[in-house]
Amino acid sequence: MIDRAYRFELNGSRLEPGTPQMQVDGITLWFGGVRALTDVSLEVAQGDIHAIIGPNGAGKTSLLNSASGLYSPQEGAIRYRRSEEEGWHQLTSSKPHRIARYGVARSFQNIELFRHLTVLQNIALGRHVHLENRLLPALVWFGSARRQEIAHREVVEEIIDLLEIQSHRHQAVGALAYGIQKRVELGRALAMEPGLLLLDEPMAGMNSEEKEDMARYILVVNQLRGVTTVLIEHDMDVVMDISDHVTVLNFGQVIADGTPTEVSANPAVIEAYLGNDEDESLGATAREGAQ
Amino acid sequence: MTDAPTADATPATTASDANAPSTFPQLLRRLAAERPDDIALQEKRYGIWQPITWSEYEQRVAHVAHAFGRAGLGPGDIVAVLGDNRPEWLLAELAAQAIGAAVVGIYPTSVGAEIVHVLTYAEVRFVVAEDQEQVDKLLGIADQVPTLERIVYYQPHGLENYTSPMLIDFAVFEAEGAEDARQRPDWFAEQVDARSESDIAVICTTSGTTSRPKLATLAHGNLLSMGRQLMVLDPVTADDRYVSFLPFAWIGEQMLTLAVGLQVGQTISFPEDAETTRIDLREIGPDVMFSPPRIWESMLSDVQVRLGEAGWLKRTMFGWGYTVGDRVAERRVRGESASALDRVKHAVAEVVALRPIREQLGLRRLNRGYTGGAPLGPDVFRFFHAIGVNLKQIYGQTEICGIAVVHADDDVKFNTVGRPIPGTELRIADDGEIQLRSPAIFGGYLHNEEATREALGEDGWLRTGDAGYLDDDGHLVVIDRAKDVLQTAAGTMFSPAFIENKIKFSPFVEEAVIFGGTGEGEGGDDITALITIDANTVGTWAEHEKLSYSTYTDLAGKPEVARLIADETSRANQDLEEAIRVRRIVLLHKAFDPDDDEITRTRKVRRNIVSDRYDEIIAALGRGDDSVTILSKVTYQDGTSAERELTLEIVTVPAEPAEAGRRLAWSVS
Repeated sequence: MIDRAYRFELNGSRLEPGTPQMQVDGITLWFGGVRALTDVSLEVAQGDIHAIIGPNGAGKTSLLNSASGLYSPQEGAIRYRRSEEEGWHQLTSSKPHRIARYGVARSFQNIELFRHLTVLQNIALGRHVHLENRLLPALVWFGSARRQEIAHREVVEEIIDLLEIQSHRHQAVGALAYGIQKRVELGRALAMEPGLLLLDEPMAGMNSEEKEDMARYILVVNQLRGVTTVLIEHDMDVVMDISDHVTVLNFGQVIADGTPTEVSANPAVIEAYLGNDEDESLGATAREGAQ
Repeated sequence: MTDAPTADATPATTASDANAPSTFPQLLRRLAAERPDDIALQEKRYGIWQPITWSEYEQRVAHVAHAFGRAGLGPGDIVAVLGDNRPEWLLAELAAQAIGAAVVGIYPTSVGAEIVHVLTYAEVRFVVAEDQEQVDKLLGIADQVPTLERIVYYQPHGLENYTSPMLIDFAVFEAEGAEDARQRPDWFAEQVDARSESDIAVICTTSGTTSRPKLATLAHGNLLSMGRQLMVLDPVTADDRYVSFLPFAWIGEQMLTLAVGLQVGQTISFPEDAETTRIDLREIGPDVMFSPPRIWESMLSDVQVRLGEAGWLKRTMFGWGYTVGDRVAERRVRGESASALDRVKHAVAEVVALRPIREQLGLRRLNRGYTGGAPLGPDVFRFFHAIGVNLKQIYGQTEICGIAVVHADDDVKFNTVGRPIPGTELRIADDGEIQLRSPAIFGGYLHNEEATREALGEDGWLRTGDAGYLDDDGHLVVIDRAKDVLQTAAGTMFSPAFIENKIKFSPFVEEAVIFGGTGEGEGGDDITALITIDANTVGTWAEHEKLSYSTYTDLAGKPEVARLIADETSRANQDLEEAIRVRRIVLLHKAFDPDDDEITRTRKVRRNIVSDRYDEIIAALGRGDDSVTILSKVTYQDGTSAERELTLEIVTVPAEPAEAGRRLAWSVS
């Protein structure tokens, strides 16, 4: 008998919703003489969709890169935990592969997938952190290795079902439409059973239909599977629609932090966006949101 | 009236046996007893075919029936199902039938008013719905359907946080039924015993190209006799494979999955997802398939496009193989065998060209393919026979369980629909209307005696509303809907559908609607056509021609595309008599959409809606203007609409196509 309900817990976090999952504590990052981040502090709560917004060059991606171990901030610390028992991990002093093992998964602004591997293989790679293979059984496809492989495939298939990419299962990723590739990247991150999902502009370069689709999948992952999500996004309508919490950066500093309604009513935010006449849409959204 | 020669009307022997199963649930019980561990249903899920055996099938039907029974449903009730083809669809259907209720299928793409119409008309209390999308639609209209009590959904994803008290998960519903079954273990068997073949089993919505769908009531006896009659001609065995991917709301799918499937006990496979259907079809390799023309047409355009992109060698090989296949098929369909030399050539052609194409289309094992529901162009027909697919036309209405007339093997004519199946009588009324009588004729439209009287008259012959005649071989030729038949200025009768199919044979054309010929009124004397392009093939063509385009409207508005389609129309004209050639065409700025009511959910053009909505364009076509400016109203999926001004060019069809010569069926260029 086919049970249509999902069997796997994709959320790697064992914290109560609403308790702190990640704390960014006064980090400062500079490259030579350029300051990318100045004394940035924020807190991400379990179960939230936490958006980080700001004009170009505000330091959003630098912040994400610091959290996933690609950059090392000169000052401050980023702490993260997935359960009370395990306690806090220092992300700022850890290598990227360590951070992945702690359960921090991320997607990139420019898609970083293996173009010649299939959708299935790419997502299965996300299971890598959970593989515990011994050489011999793995070589002869026997016993524990075999059981493990089947169990992992079941998780991967559930993700394929969740993201509705069954028809692309055996296609090479490079041949797929951009919107589908983005979905595969989200799938690979999910396959890690992340405690925290970092998404760098998941909707960049998409048309409005693809954006709507992606927003829906992000919401599904967050609301139904409980995965804490930090995302960088430019589309204000999307951010205001789906986020629980918004942090606004400008010139490497936090200028506002709060719920979408609070943030869009904040004069400093309107100033940052309207001051340079570049993004009128936030002004409009901000005014709507304030009402 | 002239009574046509009818085939032998002896009913199949099993019907007379008093203990023989006479309802679907009784058939299921027999199969569960005889072959408990054979696979009844399989659905691809998580990349694997997940089987359900006959005994599991029966047990789950029993549990769902208990759940329905506990909720107070019983004889006379109607359960609606709204969703894609899944095992749960059939569980709900058979469970409803077991307790004496009937099932009505709603097309999964239906929206608002259509769903309300069916639910209120059938006074539905329980709806079994697939997923969040369908549940959202139902909750949105729930207050317009006073009888609605419960929505049972079987795909729970996304519905976890819904709080409407109407909702219940199918698994929970089934478990409640299982609990009830433990308390009254004999109840289900008694229920199944209590049913008879005159109980209404299925209610099918008629496709309604002319009006709101009517609800035709079909009894178990109707459906089973139709299945038996069909199998006298075309036997189906328990080993035959069948893939169920067309809506169960359509009589054709009910016919093969249940009326035939449950009598022989064949395994039914359900694709993983609408988008994977083609892949899954290839994996299963069905032996039997019944699809409306659009499926066959899309397979042909698929072949055309892929051969268009293939290299010289492949094209030449296929071209040769196709010619041989065509020649052999031409003799085979008349029951003759090919010459010895052709047989040798054909064996080679099979290996190098024909079998690989069938393999690609997932038709390699196919014994019999049927098309029905709408006319299929003779050229498309011929193509499938040439590549070795035994494609046959089915003619019949929902009111006669979908089938009355069919081609016999080796007696296929591309312009006819064949002969009546055993047990079916056919006559042509004095005004040329086709009339039918058989045990499969329905019991009437639900709550609509007037329409029932209109359809069946006093004598119980089904008035089909189609005009037709019998040719010299006794094959039925269907001209068109009687009221659609047009007359040229000179008085020649002609069928718009015939010309439309000629034009639609072009891979670049999706739909064509013919106007004119009345000699009076808006259409004018000349025959003209409103055409919608096939965005995929025209798009590919445009890329090859280095034409850039953005949207469908932009593509359809390109003068190059207009010339291309005019040329295609001219090609189609070459096969038509001078008097009924198409003189002018216009390319519509949008495709026909069921959400705009322009086309039914089974993709038949609603002529009256189209001529109403585009009357300005049609008038301009008739007058022979150069162009026409219209206000286009677009309804978006969320129900909002917008208007804007658009100018459409009216193109005169050239007398000769730019490249003379008849194009091969498989070639795009």
